[in-house]
Amino acid sequence: MARGPGARERFGVGGEDAKLPAPDEEDALKAPRLGYVRARSLDEVFAVLAAEPDEAKVLAGGQSLVPALNMRLLAPRLLVDINGIAGLDGIAEHGGGLRIGALARHAAIGRSPLIARLAPLIHQAIPHIAHPAIRNRGTFGGSLAQADPAAELPACTVALDAVIHVASARGQRAIPARHFFKGLYETALAPDEVVIAVDFPEPASSMRSAFMELVRRRGDYAMLGLAATARVASGVLREPRLVFFGVGGMPIEAAMAAAALGEGAALERIAAAQQALDQDLDPAGDLQADAAMKLHLARVLLARGVRALVGGAA
Amino acid sequence: MSDAIDIRLTVNGEPVARHVPARQNLVDFLREELGLTGTRAGCEHGVCGACTVRVDGAATRACLIFAAQLDGARVDTIEGLSESGEIADLQAAFHARNALQCGFCTAGMLVTTAELLRDIPAPSRAEIRDHLSGNYCRCTGYHAIVDAIETVARQRCAAKGGT
Repeated sequence: MARGPGARERFGVGGEDAKLPAPDEEDALKAPRLGYVRARSLDEVFAVLAAEPDEAKVLAGGQSLVPALNMRLLAPRLLVDINGIAGLDGIAEHGGGLRIGALARHAAIGRSPLIARLAPLIHQAIPHIAHPAIRNRGTFGGSLAQADPAAELPACTVALDAVIHVASARGQRAIPARHFFKGLYETALAPDEVVIAVDFPEPASSMRSAFMELVRRRGDYAMLGLAATARVASGVLREPRLVFFGVGGMPIEAAMAAAALGEGAALERIAAAQQALDQDLDPAGDLQADAAMKLHLARVLLARGVRALVGGAA
Repeated sequence: MSDAIDIRLTVNGEPVARHVPARQNLVDFLREELGLTGTRAGCEHGVCGACTVRVDGAATRACLIFAAQLDGARVDTIEGLSESGEIADLQAAFHARNALQCGFCTAGMLVTTAELLRDIPAPSRAEIRDHLSGNYCRCTGYHAIVDAIETVARQRCAAKGGT
């Protein structure tokens, strides 16, 4: 949320319509009164969340959570700060693939040669996330748990078949990214669970990826975007994955369009895939674009994405 | 759990210890608690960049981090960067090129720019604009700011014997 247009505009919250508690009279845009716990271990986090699952919020990078607090879109009684927990920010090879810790910051991810090699889609996506100061602080796990419909990383995890590891006092679960995102700011996370790491499978050597989004101003939330992967050989896309974001409450995989790209020369199938996109997407209009315009722009991105994949410039 | 918390941190090289409300953000802490009013509170939701300071060496939105989180941290504000002389050339170039009018955004611009030139010593104009995309100026139209930064980048590179 730390980028324009502001959340009040995006959610139509404010003025007389606001259902949430009004800010204190003397405060312009401040977080509500709340408690704070600096957790030193995951067990501490689990204990707090188990005791107050509905009242406590996990504070990671805070680059979406704090704006939401300042605008009183959220009013938890308690923040559990996980920034002091050691070992949650790793970026490492894992069984041929990649593991990104929940507290890995966008800036570190963007600089990681390992990620550029093993998950180039994410490397491509990072510069689109807000602005440098936000990327210095914002975290991978936080972006997934927040599940903003216009966020870049949730779509990347779906396109790359990532597995999201979550944990609570009850134990650990591994949730495939495609089952993790449930709707607008909704995920499969239970109130007492925390994202701890995300695994990515080893990419095939012929795997190519393309990431693109349309924004009115650099760093704004995307009007819509596309995270695409495929194995590419001689202009043919195998198992193309086209995951759109900003066209619904969560990342949406365009399976019909991907199927329409077929097993022949992909560049010749773009029109068919664009047509099939009608069956995949049913975007709601928002303040930036109405539904028809979003669908049009999705077709534009699809064509660009296919060209980028075939062009081979990962 | 507590609504207020003890913190010890280093601000512009000086040790600071305070008891702060959990909900107090860093920009309010700096301005109201420490009297360091060079850092501005603008939009207070991370969009405008006016409150950008350095936390543990990284440009950070002071409106999106709570003072309570900063126990043990090192914070550097425009006051500290000015006194150390680290950005004296940038400040002179902003002045010379009239890269500010009201000055509200300038502290954030300078902190952000210092990081840009650390990471990319000879940025293109497009890279400068990209890096500053999260810092809003409502006066200058940005051209003068980009000019000033480009000038300093060239000066620094020349001083180092680079291009």
